[in-house]
Amino acid sequence: MPSLDQVFALNGGALKLRSQRLNMLASNIANASTPGYKAKDLDFDRAMQQAQNGSSVEKAASDHTGFRVPLQPSLDGNTVELSVEQTLFAENAIQYRTTLSFLQGQVSSIKRALKGE
Amino acid sequence: MSGSMNVFDVASRAMSAQMVRLNTTASNLANARTDYSSKDEAFRAMRPVFRSVMEDNMATVDVERVVQTDAEPQKRYDPSNPIADKDGYVWEAAVDETSELIDMLETARNYQNNVQVLQTAKSLILETVRNQ
Repeated sequence: MPSLDQVFALNGGALKLRSQRLNMLASNIANASTPGYKAKDLDFDRAMQQAQNGSSVEKAASDHTGFRVPLQPSLDGNTVELSVEQTLFAENAIQYRTTLSFLQGQVSSIKRALKGE
Repeated sequence: MSGSMNVFDVASRAMSAQMVRLNTTASNLANARTDYSSKDEAFRAMRPVFRSVMEDNMATVDVERVVQTDAEPQKRYDPSNPIADKDGYVWEAAVDETSELIDMLETARNYQNNVQVLQTAKSLILETVRNQ
């Protein structure tokens, strides 16, 4: 019988990573007009893989954070491209919602099992 | 969401910074097309200097200071103007209205983006908290 921590490890870790990525993309959008700012992003797939192999979510996130390569570098050294950031932000928000609903599904299954319905 | 800064701080401080930028644009446009009797007292466009503030994997933006640009005021011959100097010249405020308007559009766009970030983050967090 796995512990509850193990049951929620996958989706819980994914939700944490999604939230970290949300913060990073929000930072990029906030700095869209700061000269010299370098946009950062999280490689979700690789970070998730590392988290599943037993490393902490925080470490997995910082290990797989990198700078974005701009499609068209701008003159002031800023690498934020709003179209890219907005698309990724929206995508990440949807993926956050999806993970959240998986997690809610798990919780309600366990609740149903406990109630013996 | 660890540390002392969260996504709301990031977006709200960015919005404040854009607001400062909008205020300087408004000041510049308000002072455009005003005449002065000497080059030294002529108004020069103001610009905010943005600087990103990093805190544990997040970066928001603050206005470091507001600087005056080194744009040169233009001399115009207008002897009928009461503030013209002894040779009949007045100096126009050094404001490029076209670039100010474009700057204003960009500011508004960036502000809207941050509002959108705030709304999305709010709804995601509410959904997480309301989890039955």
